[in-house]
Amino acid sequence: MTDSTDTTGRTSFFMSTLIKLATTLGAIAFTMLGLLFVTFMIGRVMPIDPVIAVVGERASKELYDTTFLEMGLDKPLIVQFGYYLADVLQGDFGMSRLNGRPVAEDIARVFPATLELATLGTFIGVFIGVPLGVVAAVKRGTWIDQVARVIALIGYSMPIFWLGLVSLLVFYGILGWVGGPGRVSIFYMDIVPPVTGMILVDSILDGNWEVFWNAVSHIILPASLLGYFSLAYISRMTRSFMLEQLSAEYITTARVKGLSERSVIWKHAFGNIKVQLITVIALSYAGLLEGSVLTEIIFSWPGIGSYITTALLSADMNAVLGGTVVVGLVFVCLNVFSDLLYKFYDPRAK
Amino acid sequence: MTDQVSQSGWRAWLTTDTPTSRRQAKLSSWYHGWLAFRGNTMAMFGLGILVFLILIAIFAPLIAPHDPLAQDLGNRLKPLGESGHFLGTDSLGRDILSRLIYGARITLYIVILVALIAPVVGLFIGTVAGYTGGIIDATLMRITDIFLAFPRLVLALAFVAALGAGIENAVLAIALTAWPPYARIARAETLTIRNSDYISAVRLQGAGPLRIITKHIWPLCLSSLIVRITLDMAGIILAAAGLGFLGMGAQPPTPEWGAMISEGRRFILDHWWVATMPGLAIFTVSLAFNLLGDGLRDVLDPKDGGS
Amino acid sequence: MKQVRSLITGAIFSVSAAAVALPATYASADTPASMLVIATRIDDITTLDPAESFEFAGSDVSRNVYGKLVNFDPLDLGKGYQPDLAESWEVSEDGRTITFTMREGVTFHSGNPVTAEDAEFSLRRAVILGKTPSFILTQFGFTPENVEETIKADGNKLSITTDQKYATSFVLNCLTSTIGGIVDKKTVLANEADGDLGNAWLKTNTAGSGAYKVLRWNPSESVTMQSNPDFYLGAPAMKRVIVRHIQESATQRLLLEKGDIDVARNLNPEDVAGASKAPNIVIDSELRGRLMYTSFNQKHPMLSKPKVVEALKYLIDYEGMQNSFLNGQYTIHQAFLPRTYLGEIDDKPYSLDIEKAKALLKEAGVEGGFEIEAGVREAQERVEIAQSLQNTFAQAGIKLNLTIGTGKQILTKYRARELDMYIGAWGPDYPDPQTNAGTFAFNPDNGDKVKATGLLAYRNAWEPGEMNAMTEAAVIEGDTDKRREMYEEIQRLHQQTAPFAIMFQKIEQVGRKESVKNLTLGSAITDVSYWPVTK
Repeated sequence: MTDSTDTTGRTSFFMSTLIKLATTLGAIAFTMLGLLFVTFMIGRVMPIDPVIAVVGERASKELYDTTFLEMGLDKPLIVQFGYYLADVLQGDFGMSRLNGRPVAEDIARVFPATLELATLGTFIGVFIGVPLGVVAAVKRGTWIDQVARVIALIGYSMPIFWLGLVSLLVFYGILGWVGGPGRVSIFYMDIVPPVTGMILVDSILDGNWEVFWNAVSHIILPASLLGYFSLAYISRMTRSFMLEQLSAEYITTARVKGLSERSVIWKHAFGNIKVQLITVIALSYAGLLEGSVLTEIIFSWPGIGSYITTALLSADMNAVLGGTVVVGLVFVCLNVFSDLLYKFYDPRAK
Repeated sequence: MTDQVSQSGWRAWLTTDTPTSRRQAKLSSWYHGWLAFRGNTMAMFGLGILVFLILIAIFAPLIAPHDPLAQDLGNRLKPLGESGHFLGTDSLGRDILSRLIYGARITLYIVILVALIAPVVGLFIGTVAGYTGGIIDATLMRITDIFLAFPRLVLALAFVAALGAGIENAVLAIALTAWPPYARIARAETLTIRNSDYISAVRLQGAGPLRIITKHIWPLCLSSLIVRITLDMAGIILAAAGLGFLGMGAQPPTPEWGAMISEGRRFILDHWWVATMPGLAIFTVSLAFNLLGDGLRDVLDPKDGGS
Repeated sequence: MKQVRSLITGAIFSVSAAAVALPATYASADTPASMLVIATRIDDITTLDPAESFEFAGSDVSRNVYGKLVNFDPLDLGKGYQPDLAESWEVSEDGRTITFTMREGVTFHSGNPVTAEDAEFSLRRAVILGKTPSFILTQFGFTPENVEETIKADGNKLSITTDQKYATSFVLNCLTSTIGGIVDKKTVLANEADGDLGNAWLKTNTAGSGAYKVLRWNPSESVTMQSNPDFYLGAPAMKRVIVRHIQESATQRLLLEKGDIDVARNLNPEDVAGASKAPNIVIDSELRGRLMYTSFNQKHPMLSKPKVVEALKYLIDYEGMQNSFLNGQYTIHQAFLPRTYLGEIDDKPYSLDIEKAKALLKEAGVEGGFEIEAGVREAQERVEIAQSLQNTFAQAGIKLNLTIGTGKQILTKYRARELDMYIGAWGPDYPDPQTNAGTFAFNPDNGDKVKATGLLAYRNAWEPGEMNAMTEAAVIEGDTDKRREMYEEIQRLHQQTAPFAIMFQKIEQVGRKESVKNLTLGSAITDVSYWPVTK
């Protein structure tokens, strides 16, 4: 199959784009609603008394009862969900039951931390993983392929908290090459004004290079770890996609035509796997974004993964719902993005 | 015909280029697959480890040098090889080697169960959605999206928390979080296959959608899925460990490997072996699954063919 | 292939460049001299409002932010409560009214003077808000309706009147707890919203007169405190105190050994042993008030037999646990009052004795053994204790199944009296024997509908019998020596008959830099104090 360009007129293309956009938005809305509903219901069937989560174990019966009513727990579930939905639509995620703050504020604090980490991790994963995968496919069966395979498999088979602790011990404890747990060293905390919430970005905006380098020294290790895991996945998938392409007929044809090997691999084969690859990268990015809870715990990284987990285990449902919605939204957007790529650019899906 | 072939004849029968029956053709293609697979050293190595693991699991009571649950508080955190404990002892003075041996049973149990549930569900949903398209596709994919959009650990945790802790519920929870990616991959594959000349030809021959999906699309999706499943094995074991870590997986004193790592991680600085040994065990098994999966991929992938 | 090779080289180069090129100076450095950096777990803080705060880490913050009428001297906790914002006090003849004279010249962080009116406002506010810890005050008969009469300021004097005569030490001990913190009335009311008496604002802000004020609290991340240069006991040496949430013991130890923190508060026994070998690191041990106990639900047909309960108390390897995985961090203690409390007893009648337990079980007629389900919170030391119990119980034919869950989950079941057996901890709410006697040995109505779920005796469906009356009598006894004897008697009885096996008392081990001096955690009676610290 060759590249088929759209031959229909500009207008109808525009219209169909609009329709697609509308369907897409509808799909997102539907997904988010479903997500909220499932989360809400799970929260209600959990065998944790949400009132105790708020008032603590030594509260009097009176306090318990008033709090029970205040939380609206006497109403039918579906009514409770309705109330919650109405608030969310107005942009109000409610207050965290645990720390008495607006959930939105909490998320604005923890999400950028995860975003920063996951983005850097994915960059590392892509910039090493993709070339590694391509090379492994091209050099299939050679020692290069085996080395690439071993690198990926080790990354994939390693328990992260073990590797995290050991690398912290080695690179921070013994060698002192990187900063310790946390986003910056303690006396660099709260120096740059939070604009994006991502310290790397904020310190650049502020022009404070000292904080920037400190933050780099802290993020490099956890990001490399996450990057390694994402590398393992991305390189394996890349290899798999590439092999598929390289054995295809058009590649043979191209080779027979006398095209250079570089052109065959990069222009034709790699060109054809780009879309699949982006899906994989998006999935892996989303995976890192939803929080590598264990990495966050080991590196005392105040991100969204540990935020949601803690909230869930303490039945702080507003926080869980808020966190889930944000993570879910990002995820859905990434998905829709790769979906659209499929629809628009992959000739085979047409 | 088939019954009378002699011992030396069955190989010839299996490798014939001109099968005389459908069964022969199928068996023959499997045999060719096995031959190709056998040539892949690393895959055989992986298979060997897994067979070894299964044997260990079966014969655990015969192999284990100690009772995996027997405590000895006066003999805790002993290093490798000391006082008759080949891999040392844990925080309660239990023999780590024996716990690892018994833990093989639990690991196999979890992995097999999840691997049986999640991909099947995913494959079914993904191919149906991809093949039928339209409203069914939209609905199924929205449901998939909902589950995919969930932070995985949160979903699993919430599920186990709602059902109660324990291995079975942990398995269900992991399967619940694991199927959506399979569905998406299967759908993506189906989309690319659906309109191919090959499927059109089958359709022209009068095959119904069910037959096309199960007989022609599923086999083509398998390669991607198998790569994904094998890559996921380690993730499944570690997810089970993560649940154990939060008290939602195997309950003490069950020697589940992941739980053993979480127990031992507190001693990582001074008594590294307590967490490292189960870590190595998990590592080895995941590696084996990965190697095996790679080999299988070469054999099973009709597009790629053995090389 | 050239391109391939250059790709690999490029990839390897960029990674190693990123790792090596980092200027070493940015990676690690000692903490500044006037800054105290502490690693601990602070994810339990839910509020900074002293009328609402009821968690360990929250109390640690509060103690350094809010002055109280009476307080403990961190450098001599054994002296008991001492004048703080109240200079002196008098007790009326009927013993019901205590009149405090306020100290002159003390100011809040805002600059407002601390007056009797602020004290009146703070105590009334705590009663009216009725948050979880309010029982510490309302047990004296204060209600939102009567506070106008019972808590009154007059000039520079504040008088409080209880519903009956209580031991003065009991009342004053209660005022040393977090809820006794005096807030700045003007500032708080200026930030009131919807008649909440400033509760929403005080959750995340502070308005006290203590040594520190909170600059920032990021939940589960850090608390940053700034010293109060006008603190009436003198400006603290540490200008800034940063408490950071670090979950893992190993991580805390690494930070401490690298010099990135000054104090690590959650080192496990193995890391304590390791860290103590490092140069310039000292380990302090301080006895705290928390007890580790296990209890047996009296609704269970087997556990309700007294002989079975007694047998179980002999099936616990107290020594073995203390000397192994609890080493240095828990000490055997078998009575419900922590050591250093009025009326403490040091009797340890129980030790692991399988034969004796078997004999007792035989007497009870349950030789065949039985199964019980125990709830344990997911915390390593508790899970290990549970597994040790599982092991020793099994030796007498009792099968112990464990349900491990999060704190909230297990607590939900425990409060609903659904657990056969509970393995967990209890910490006193205020430094008076009543705090534990009133929960371990007091349960006036054991009915299912009563839902007195705050009482441990109730949670185990246990009817304490004569101990109810004894506890009620002890709390109003004015004579300290007599009161002490009463508690000793209750505990001995409790030790023999109650379905509680108190096992250990907590010892907190803290790793600190050698240069850090005068850090006290508050022993068993109060919380950490930062103002005397130097380094």
